[in-house]
Amino acid sequence: MHMADALLSPAVGATMWAGSLAALGYSSKRLKENIDNKTIPLMGVMGAFIFAAQMINFTIPGTGSSGHLGGGMILAAILGPYAAFLVMASVLTAQALFFADGGLLALGCNIWNLGIYPCFLAYPLIYKPIAGDGTNSRRLAVAAVISALLALQLGAFSVVLETFLSGKSELPFTSFVLLMQPIHLAIGLVEGFVTVGIISYVKTSRPEFLENSIASRPLADGTPVKNTLIAFAILAVITGGAISWFASTHPDGLEWSIEKVTGKRELAQQTQGISATLRKLQEKTAFLPDYNFKPPSKEKAAGEKSPVWPGIEAGTSIAGVVGGAIVLSVIVLIGFAIRTFKKRQD
Amino acid sequence: MAFDEQYYNIGYLDRLSYQDTFVHRLDPRIKLITTLLFLFTVISFSKYEVAALLPFFLFPVILLTAGEIPLWFILKKVVIVSPFAIFIGIFNPLLDASPVTVLPGLTLAAGWFSFASILLKFILTVSTALLLVATTSFPTVCHGLRQLGVPSIFVSQLLFLYRYIFVLAEEAMRMVRARDMRSFGHEGTNVKVFIRIAGVLFLRTVERAERIYSAMLARGFQGDMPTRKRYRITARDLVFAGSVTFYLFVFRFYPATEILGRFFQELF
Repeated sequence: MHMADALLSPAVGATMWAGSLAALGYSSKRLKENIDNKTIPLMGVMGAFIFAAQMINFTIPGTGSSGHLGGGMILAAILGPYAAFLVMASVLTAQALFFADGGLLALGCNIWNLGIYPCFLAYPLIYKPIAGDGTNSRRLAVAAVISALLALQLGAFSVVLETFLSGKSELPFTSFVLLMQPIHLAIGLVEGFVTVGIISYVKTSRPEFLENSIASRPLADGTPVKNTLIAFAILAVITGGAISWFASTHPDGLEWSIEKVTGKRELAQQTQGISATLRKLQEKTAFLPDYNFKPPSKEKAAGEKSPVWPGIEAGTSIAGVVGGAIVLSVIVLIGFAIRTFKKRQD
Repeated sequence: MAFDEQYYNIGYLDRLSYQDTFVHRLDPRIKLITTLLFLFTVISFSKYEVAALLPFFLFPVILLTAGEIPLWFILKKVVIVSPFAIFIGIFNPLLDASPVTVLPGLTLAAGWFSFASILLKFILTVSTALLLVATTSFPTVCHGLRQLGVPSIFVSQLLFLYRYIFVLAEEAMRMVRARDMRSFGHEGTNVKVFIRIAGVLFLRTVERAERIYSAMLARGFQGDMPTRKRYRITARDLVFAGSVTFYLFVFRFYPATEILGRFFQELF
């Protein structure tokens, strides 16, 4: 599932972009060091393959609904993590630009959710150790299913986390998690089986291709786990740095969403009945369980200063409605003016 | 969405981007940066903000009309990708029910405001992103990225992807058509068949990559994809960038909608 711009706060969007860009830079550097030129067209066409394969729908057994291929694990298994990550990132970029799937700011999140997990977590830590050199087809199948499943679960969880930290949606963290994870369990299973199917199909009909690509894979002879751990440490530092920087300079970013958590209690006490149980559930399992970000006296003062709902009087909102109507009609008029001007020119 | 329609949509978007208007002629880097700045400004508004978002429709409207992009096409694409944002946002009115008086006698739950805000932001961000490609063309965006310092290997990856999307999509379309003609209802469209189709498509892809590689070698490929066209930032680009930045700054920090509304209220 693609994250959308509209649900993001600038801090979360920028942080995820920083992480994804760092991974992009690192992968490009690693690839450049040991790539033969032959891989470049292969990567490009593989991206187009994933894109085309995603357009082919199939019915998911038992449900009748149709599914699509994600593709991260197939790419990682065939191209190795670095090339696979670049290909996945390029596919997501093209989707963001052509289909507006997600969006340009959410692209950082989407590359992270759908690229980093299969290529840099599931592949080196699960797929590679279980599948080994890929000669045992049963181990290959188990490896592909488990890693596809795990990568998708992590991706889905990240969507929840990013939405929650952005604070634009009121969905309580726990119910959102309970909604997303099971759906993606099913999707992940299908994805896993498709991954296995395609890899073993390629293995039976063109065995030399997979062997070649596994043998020539730059990562295979190194120590992948160590490398990925280092990469993750670097990413964590960068991400952490970005978060703290944004938290300190942009009060409407992370700090704001924390404020939302602190302010939630007041708001929840005002509303009655509508979501009492959900609220209790959320208070128990809130992402930031204790509200002691500020000393209690200060918190109260801050609460009075900037309440969760900016104290709107009727006058202000009438102004908003009237002004909104005027602004929109002016914009529509400008649009029409440009259009007629253009037509007259032709 | 039907396969053919998806495919033709990309083709149509691509064709639009080769027009020659004021917007199309702007430097790709300037367009990229101003678009990103615009998106950033839009999502930086707090979650209850509705009225202050409205002036931001001016930017996509100008791109749309000056770039001669058909409105229905953009609207259709916005609607197609909307389910996720709507699905996430629709819970806001239920979960955030503190009453807010809009007009005397009309009270709404605060959640409706945050929901409306999500929808407005969604329309603004999605349409602007689509308009960027529709007025710039994908390869030009890629070259812009290259000049802005994105690693060349990733840029060539994007360019390759773009070039072969059309080839492989047509290939896949033929296969899907063949499958659909041989299957009745859901019979024959199951995962097993999909795996076979994807497998065949994959092998054909690999073979194609080998042929492409030989063809590229024959033409002197050395690992990079250079562009012939040089882009220079002209005075016009700078004026565009400056006015967009000014516009974003003004409407981000001054609640123009409200001020305007107040003014007219006092008038009557």
